[in-house]
Amino acid sequence: MRIFENHRQRSFFWIFPILFMAGFYFLPMASILGHTFTSGSDSLSTNQINWTIAGRVVGFTFYQAILSTLITLLVGIPSSYLFGRFSFRGKNLLRILSTLPFILPTVVVAAGFNALIGPKGWLNLLLMDILHISNSPIRLLNSMPAILIAHVFYNTSIVIRVVGTAWEQLDQKLENAARMLGATPSNVFWKVTFPLLLPSILSATILVFLFDFTSFGVILMMGGAAFTTIEVEIYIQTMQFLNLKMAGILSLIQLTFSMLLTFLSLRVSGDRNVPIIPMIEGEGLRKPNSFFEKLFVYILTVILVILLVSPTAALLLRSILTFSLSNSIGKIASWGLSLENYRGLFFNDRHSLFFVPPITALRNSVLFAAASMTTALILGIMISVSSSKNERSNKFLGFLAMLPLGTSAVTLGLGYLSAFSSTPNSIRWFPFLIPMVHALIALPFVIRIIQPVIHSIPKNLYEAAMTLGVPERQLWKHVDLPLIRKSLATAAIYAFAISLGEFGATSFLTRPEYPTLPIAIFRYLNLPGGENYGKAMAMAAILLLICGGGFFIIERLQIKVKGENQ
Amino acid sequence: MLELKHIEKNYNRLPLLEDVSFSVGKDETVCILGPSGGGKSTLLRIIAGLEEPDAGQVLWDGREISTVPPHLREFGLMFQDYALFPHLNVFDNIAFGLHLHHIEEDEINRRVDEALEMVSLQQIANRSVTDLSGGEKQRVAFARALAPKPNLLMLDEPMGSLDRALRDQLIKELHMLISEMDIPVIYVTHDQEEAFSIADRILILNEGRIVQSGSPQYIYMNPEDLWVASFFGLNNKLEGKICSINPVIAETVIGKITFSCGKGKFSVGEAVDLVILPTAISVKENDDDLNYFEGRIIDNIFKGNSFTIRVVILGSAEFSFQIMTPYPKGKNVGFTINPDSILCFKRKK
Repeated sequence: MRIFENHRQRSFFWIFPILFMAGFYFLPMASILGHTFTSGSDSLSTNQINWTIAGRVVGFTFYQAILSTLITLLVGIPSSYLFGRFSFRGKNLLRILSTLPFILPTVVVAAGFNALIGPKGWLNLLLMDILHISNSPIRLLNSMPAILIAHVFYNTSIVIRVVGTAWEQLDQKLENAARMLGATPSNVFWKVTFPLLLPSILSATILVFLFDFTSFGVILMMGGAAFTTIEVEIYIQTMQFLNLKMAGILSLIQLTFSMLLTFLSLRVSGDRNVPIIPMIEGEGLRKPNSFFEKLFVYILTVILVILLVSPTAALLLRSILTFSLSNSIGKIASWGLSLENYRGLFFNDRHSLFFVPPITALRNSVLFAAASMTTALILGIMISVSSSKNERSNKFLGFLAMLPLGTSAVTLGLGYLSAFSSTPNSIRWFPFLIPMVHALIALPFVIRIIQPVIHSIPKNLYEAAMTLGVPERQLWKHVDLPLIRKSLATAAIYAFAISLGEFGATSFLTRPEYPTLPIAIFRYLNLPGGENYGKAMAMAAILLLICGGGFFIIERLQIKVKGENQ
Repeated sequence: MLELKHIEKNYNRLPLLEDVSFSVGKDETVCILGPSGGGKSTLLRIIAGLEEPDAGQVLWDGREISTVPPHLREFGLMFQDYALFPHLNVFDNIAFGLHLHHIEEDEINRRVDEALEMVSLQQIANRSVTDLSGGEKQRVAFARALAPKPNLLMLDEPMGSLDRALRDQLIKELHMLISEMDIPVIYVTHDQEEAFSIADRILILNEGRIVQSGSPQYIYMNPEDLWVASFFGLNNKLEGKICSINPVIAETVIGKITFSCGKGKFSVGEAVDLVILPTAISVKENDDDLNYFEGRIIDNIFKGNSFTIRVVILGSAEFSFQIMTPYPKGKNVGFTINPDSILCFKRKK
């Protein structure tokens, strides 16, 4: 922005982000360090580090992350080929579906898979009905396959987004040039296509591994007690054993690896050398021709639809299903579709662990999301506007703001807990920290969406506007705002959705009287009884619809932007 | 030698190529010239094997090769915008095709060096291709296409995005290199000057059809129809009706005009299109001369070695002519039009 050419004005905008980062990032992180390495006065008997558990947990975290990443690549790379090289009917819908998981909260995904393969899910209900048995025959939940399926569901979209886009933009002339020089089809792939896609594949792999490595909600809700990763163990050590020392050391291990991975991923994505050429949309795409190509497109489409659609569809349907089982055998006595689960959200029944009706959780979530969206947007604009591409000091600010990306949500939650719990009355105002940590988590996304747009505004536009009679003080209104409006809206929706679905950090800060929607879903999923399960489904469905709606708007914004560029 | 017979290609049910037949001799350089979207690149892709024709045959030395995959055809293609592999340096780009032909390492090195020398790029063998200038990229692409010693070389708009001065220089170099080769060359371009300076023979391709073929000189002097004439930039068009056949005279909006082309081709009363070459006029005072006209100069543009004047005759028809001395704007001039510098075509229905 032109008005920020002035250095003094710019540094004024620096103060707020730096204060925010100091108070809400560095202080909590320092506090974890403090708790871990000083022998605190409040040392409880359990407050020690168990290296056996730590070793086991770290080992399992790597194991599941590597396995999840490999399977994700196995699904994701053929899918990238599908999206990057073929045009077929329904492709656009499939593309939207396959990017949807990116914005879905973990609780929604967990609830979705629960609705599909859980003990009270569709598959089991159907099998019980058909086989006349009273126990659910499929026990996929709380198992390693459940974790893997959920991770593949989540992260295939990343591979498709990164590798598929690169594949689509890979100039087909290069492949043709290789063929003209005598390369067989397999030569073309291994000597041209693969080397050119490698940076994108690496970048996607690191990103997927990072997400699998720091996965919390999925493991907690779908892995059960048998499987604890670093994240889950931090939560258990903190919330169940109050062992902040153990949690702290795990956090530091986690932080080291996730920071390394984050900066590796930022570096790799920086030097992608896929030749991106201006293309007419769909220029490199072809209709599947041969029998094998058709078979490939058909089978992969079916697999993707089952993988991507079934959990969300199962969730939506399960949320409007009510039924009763006949007593001894599993046969369903009666069932029907109703909004009873949704109606239940307005009541606070006696058996509930909550002091408030579930609908209050929705209200809390929306309020928190609005607050954190506003905070993240204001900070994001300040950072984007005051940093320019060249200056070293500015780069440093951008780097600072990216730190939360490499810090797991659970680590942040633990940090807040240990930094702010010592103050008097902390329990009472704890929930008000939630928007702050959400804003911190959303900040890197906001910056990555709006900063490139702000930086890409050419200087001569301001000069043109001024020669056409726009006063310097109004440049932002006539030049900047119209140009960044859409990315601002996109960033706002992202921030809102991130906050709405955030589970990891929130689970450390929540109080019974101020639950957020994800926390409520998690609690209700763990409560016995079909009624509670139904309410969890209804809440998850609401969350799904809100996030899905936001995602739909983002998609529309993008399509419009594309059209304008042409 | 390459021969194409009745090639047809449709895209989305619209004809892209219609009944295209031609052949290229052993060491002949053929230019396919035409406006963009005329089907030139599709034709090249069919010869290369990157696309299959819907109908027709591609023959190499009399053998049908329509179904032979591109990597087995041993044809070289230099792509528009060059398509250099960004993950390989200059040397490895040129060596790419040689590796695939299972040639020994020493031989590869020798041949790449040879190719680099041919295009005078020995110094930058280890440079990344993304750092090259447009002209350097073009040379690397040329060397890469030639290194495997193809049986046929195709060049798709090789001067594509280069600026004027560089283009003139490179056309000269390319012409030297191509004329020394003893393989057939097919050169695709939309630029007539390029085609004229490179080609032994020119094929003009418009809307999927070959509308004319012949040597550059012949084609330029004898455009087949009004479209080819306007494609060459001849825009002094005039509609007329034949009113005498010996001498040939046509009645037009600017009056009667006599010309020498098409003797015996027309009959009285036939509708024709005339094109007056820009060099056709000489300024005269005497209104008794043949094809004498008067007009008002509405513009006068300095072109370095000559002037282009725009003249309005009888207040309606506007023409551009090339003359050696300037005339001020607004002045009326009298001039004659050389009957030998008028092209005439039967009006198409």
